[in-house]
Amino acid sequence: MNFSEVFKQSNQLCKVSPDGKYLATCVQYRLVVRDVSTLQILQLYTCLDQISHMDWSSDSLFILCAMYKRGLVQVWSMEQPDWHCKIDEGSIGLVSSRWSPDGRHILNTTEFHLRVTVWSLCTKAVSYIKYPKVCQKGADFSRDGCYMALAERRDCKDYVSVFVCDDWHLLRHFETETQDLSGLEWSPNGCVLAVWDSCLEYKVLLYSLDGRLLSAYSAYDWSLGVKSVTWSPSSQFLAIGSYDEKVRILNHITWKKITQFEHVASINSTKAVVYKEVEKRTAVGSDDLSLHNITIGTTLFNTQSKYEICPPPVQIPVVKPDPDRANPKIGVSTLAFSSDSRYLATKNDNMASVVWVWDMQKMSLVAVLQQTSAVRCFQWDPRRPRLALCTGNTKLYLWSPAGCVSVQVPAEGGLQVQSLSWHCSGDSLILLGKEQLCLCYMDQEDK
Amino acid sequence: MGEWWTTGPIGTSVGNYEISNISHVTMSPSRQNNLASMYSSLPLSYNVLGAFCTEDNIPQCVSYINQELDALGLSTCIEASTPRAAGLNSVPALNAMYELMQIHRRHMSSLEELEREQLKKSSTLDHVQMNNSRLKDQLELSMREKSGLHETERQLQLKIKTLQSCLKTEKDEVQKLQSIIASRASQYSHDAKRKEREAAKLKERLSQLLVDRKDKKLAIDVLNCLGRSDGKRSHWRTAKATVGHEGEMYKSLLNDYEASQRTLVLENAELKKVLQQMKKEMIHILSPRKPSPRGATADDSQEQANSDGEEKAGDCSRETLDQSCEHAREQLANSIRQQWRKLRNHMEKLDSQASLVQTQLECNQELILRETHEDEMERMRREVQQCKEFIHAQQQLLQQQLNTSFDDETAALLNDCYTLEEKERLKEEWRLFEEQKINFERERKNFTEAAIRLGREKKAFEEDRASWLKNQFLNMTPFTDRRRCSSSDGQSALSIKSEPEMRMSSTKTPLVKSSTYTPFSTPKPSLSATVPSTTELYRSLRLMPDSSSSRHSNRGRWQESSSIEDGDVGVKSKNRVRSGDLSIFSLGEDENSLA
Repeated sequence: MNFSEVFKQSNQLCKVSPDGKYLATCVQYRLVVRDVSTLQILQLYTCLDQISHMDWSSDSLFILCAMYKRGLVQVWSMEQPDWHCKIDEGSIGLVSSRWSPDGRHILNTTEFHLRVTVWSLCTKAVSYIKYPKVCQKGADFSRDGCYMALAERRDCKDYVSVFVCDDWHLLRHFETETQDLSGLEWSPNGCVLAVWDSCLEYKVLLYSLDGRLLSAYSAYDWSLGVKSVTWSPSSQFLAIGSYDEKVRILNHITWKKITQFEHVASINSTKAVVYKEVEKRTAVGSDDLSLHNITIGTTLFNTQSKYEICPPPVQIPVVKPDPDRANPKIGVSTLAFSSDSRYLATKNDNMASVVWVWDMQKMSLVAVLQQTSAVRCFQWDPRRPRLALCTGNTKLYLWSPAGCVSVQVPAEGGLQVQSLSWHCSGDSLILLGKEQLCLCYMDQEDK
Repeated sequence: MGEWWTTGPIGTSVGNYEISNISHVTMSPSRQNNLASMYSSLPLSYNVLGAFCTEDNIPQCVSYINQELDALGLSTCIEASTPRAAGLNSVPALNAMYELMQIHRRHMSSLEELEREQLKKSSTLDHVQMNNSRLKDQLELSMREKSGLHETERQLQLKIKTLQSCLKTEKDEVQKLQSIIASRASQYSHDAKRKEREAAKLKERLSQLLVDRKDKKLAIDVLNCLGRSDGKRSHWRTAKATVGHEGEMYKSLLNDYEASQRTLVLENAELKKVLQQMKKEMIHILSPRKPSPRGATADDSQEQANSDGEEKAGDCSRETLDQSCEHAREQLANSIRQQWRKLRNHMEKLDSQASLVQTQLECNQELILRETHEDEMERMRREVQQCKEFIHAQQQLLQQQLNTSFDDETAALLNDCYTLEEKERLKEEWRLFEEQKINFERERKNFTEAAIRLGREKKAFEEDRASWLKNQFLNMTPFTDRRRCSSSDGQSALSIKSEPEMRMSSTKTPLVKSSTYTPFSTPKPSLSATVPSTTELYRSLRLMPDSSSSRHSNRGRWQESSSIEDGDVGVKSKNRVRSGDLSIFSLGEDENSLA
C-alpha cells in the first residue's frame, strides 16, 4: 500500500472522472485537473468565486463548478481548455446543481425549490420543472440514464414525475400514497422506483416505471420510521434502515420482508467476528491474553494491525439519544451494499463508532468493526468485497472477508481522513482531509 | 400374703376354721381390709347372720357347698365323714379347697392384670385428652388466622376495586389524551396544509414576479454549443416522439419482466427437479417397508392400493412435468403431499416405537449400561495409560542405548546382520576373484612363454644386428657417413619401438575400455618375429599408473574390494593383467604397424 503526497483541496471537493483518468480538485476558486496515474496537473481553471459544488459529466469531458452563493454555474471542457460556459440563475438563487446523465444538460434547483431549471449545453435551451419537493432525495436518475424521477408537491399531495432524459418529455405523473414523501430511488435495473415516506410514518412504496403501485410495505406504526433506503446492485434486495435500529430486507419478487438485521448492543453470536480497534500507546504487549491480536498486516500491507478480535459476548457502547430533540441520533442511517451484492454494511447512529457487515447469502452478521471514534464515512470497493472506512483520524481502515486492518496515513502533519472514495478500478482510494487530500494505492497482489 | 395362704388351709384342716376365720376377721382388720376384695366374693352376711355352718346344719352346709362347687364346675363333692358327726371327709374337702384357692389365685392375677391395663388405659386417656386440647387450641388458632386472611382478602379486594377505578380513570385519560393528540395532529396537519398552500402561493407569486421582472441575469453563456453526446441532432417534441417514449418504456419493462420470468422459470425447474427427486426417494423409502410393518389390517391394504395409484400418478406427472401445465403440477403437489403425510406417519410411528423401547431400556438397563460403560471407559483409559508408559519406557531405553556407546552384545547383534550381508557379498566376490585368478594364471603363463620367446627372438635380433653392424662397418669406408646412417637407423628403430607407446597414450580410453570388458577374452597373441623387447614392455608398464586411476573407477566394485582384501597380491596380479593385456594390445598394434 502506497500513499501519494498530499494536495490541497477545499470544501472536500475532489472527484475522479467517471472514466478513471482524471482527478479534479477544487482549491478555493480554482479547479485543478490531474492525471490520476502521474498526478501531474493537466488543466487549471479559474472560477469566479469559491466553488461550492463540483461534478464530472458522465463522459468525463466536462466539469461543472457551482457557486451557490452567487447563483452561478461554470462548466469547463477537458478537451478544449478555452471553451467555457457560464450559467447564471440570477436573483432566484441556486441551491443545487447537477448533470443530466447525457452530460449535455444541467439541472439547477433554485432557492426555496421554486423550480428546477434544465439548461441545455447543446441548444442553450432552458426548461423549467415546477413544484419540486424539498426532501431528502427528491430526484433520481435511472442507472441507464434514460429516466429521471422527480418528487413533486402540489396541493399538499405528493406526486412523482418520470421524465425521459433524452428530451425531458414527461412520461408519467402520478400521485403517491405518502403523507410526506421523503425520498425516491430507482432500482439499478431501472424498472422499479422505491418511494419512502418521512420518518413520521414507516411506509415504503414500490412503483413500476409506468406508474403502477407494485407494493407497499410498512413494518410498524406510531413510531419514527424509515431513515435510509438502498437497493442492492443486483436489484434483488431493497434494504430499509429505520429508527428502530433495524434493517429490513425486501425481496424483488413479492416485495415482502425476507429478513431483518437487528443492531443489538450485546453480540452473542459466535458466527460474527468482532474486530475492536485498540489504540496502542506505549505498552505494546497486550496484557489480556484472551484477546487474539491479528497481524495480517505484516504480509498484506506491512503495517501492524491494531484490531483485536473479541470473543463472543461483546458489549457495544450505546449513546442514548435525547428524546426531546428532533432527528434523534438513533437508527440505521447508512446502508451500503458491496459491488457483488454479497455484503451489506450498516451504521446505527446511536452506536456511531461501529460498522456492521452482514452477509446477504447467509442473511447473518459477519463482522462488527468497533472503532475508537465515530465512523465518518465508509465505502465499498467498486470491484471487490472490500470496505474502506475512516473515523476522522489519521488512519484508514479496511475490511475484507479475510480480515481487517488499520493503516496509518503517512502524510506529513497528519491527514485527518474525513471522507474517502474509491477509484472506479478499485486500485486506489482518495482520502479527503479537511483541507488536504491524498491518494492511497492498493497493492495489486492482495486479492 | 403367701404366709397367709399357707396358714389358711392349715386352719381349715384343723377344723375350727370358722373361729380362726372370725378371729382373723376381727383380730386383723388391716388384713381384712387388705383382702377386702378376696372376701367380697364370700357372703358378707357372715358376721351378721352368724356362722354359716353350725353343728346342726353340717349336712346342709355340705350339700350347699357341694351345690356351689357344682355350680363352679368342680366335681369334687364333700361328704360328711359320718352322717352324725361333725367331721368332714377331709380329702375331697381339701381338694375342693385347693381348687378354690387355685381359682382365687387365678382371679387375683387376672385382677392385677386388669388393674394394670386400666392404669395404662387411663394414661392413654390422659394423653388423648391432652392431644385433644392441643388440637382444639390449634383449631382455634387456625380459625383466627382464617378470619385474618378473610380480612386481608377483603382489604385486597377493596384495593383492587380502587385500582380498577383508577385504571378506568387512567384509561379515560389516555382516551382523552389520544383524542387531544388526534385533534392536535389534525389541527397541525391542517395548519401545515394551510402553510404549505400559502408557501406554494408565495412561490407561485415569486416565480411569477421573477418571470415578470425578466431577470436579465438569468442567462446561459456558452462559447459554442455542443453536440449531443450520442451525436444525433435534437428533435422536436412530437406525438410520434411521445409514442416512441411510451414504446421504449414498455419495451424496457417487458425486457425486465422477461428476464425475471426467465430466472423464475429456471428456479422453478430446479425446484421441480428437487421435488421430483424427493418424491422418488420418498416412494423408494416407503414402498419396500410397507408390507412388513403393516401387513394385516384392511386399512393398510387399502393404503397400499392408494400408494400404487399414487405411484402411477407420480409417473404420469413426471411425464407431464415438462409441459408444466396446471393439472400436472397439482397432481405432483398432491402426490407429494400424500407421500409426505405417509412418511410423517411412519416417522411418528417409528418415533413412538423408539420412545417405547427407550423407556423400556431406561427402566431396566440404562443405569447399568452407563455404569458398565464407565467401567469400560476407565479400564480402557488405564490400558491406554499403561501402553503410553510402556512406549515411553521403550523410547527411553532406546535413547539410552543410542546415547551410550554400543555394548558388545548389541554391537554384535547389530553387526551380525551387517556382517551376514557382507559375508554373502564377499563370498560372491571371492568366487569372482577366484575365477579371475585362474584366468590371470593362464594369462601369466602365456605371458612368460611369450617373454621367453621374446627373449630368444631378441637375442637372435641382437645377433643379427651385430652381424649387420659388422657388415656395415666393414662396408662403409668414411666413418661419419657410416655414423649418420647408424643414427638414422637408430632413430627409425626407436620410432618403431616408441610407436606402441604413443598409441598407448593416444588410445588410452579405448584401451581402458577394452581392458575392462575383455580382460579374459582377449585373443591370444600370435607372436611374430617382430615383437618388442621386454624393456619396451617395462616402459609401457611404467605408463600404467597414469591410466590406472581412470581404470580403477571404471572397473567393477569387486576388483576394488579385492585390492583392499589382499593388497600387494591384488596389485601385482592387476599389474600383471594390465601388462599382459597391454602387451597383447601393443603386440597387436605392432603387428598392424609392421604389417
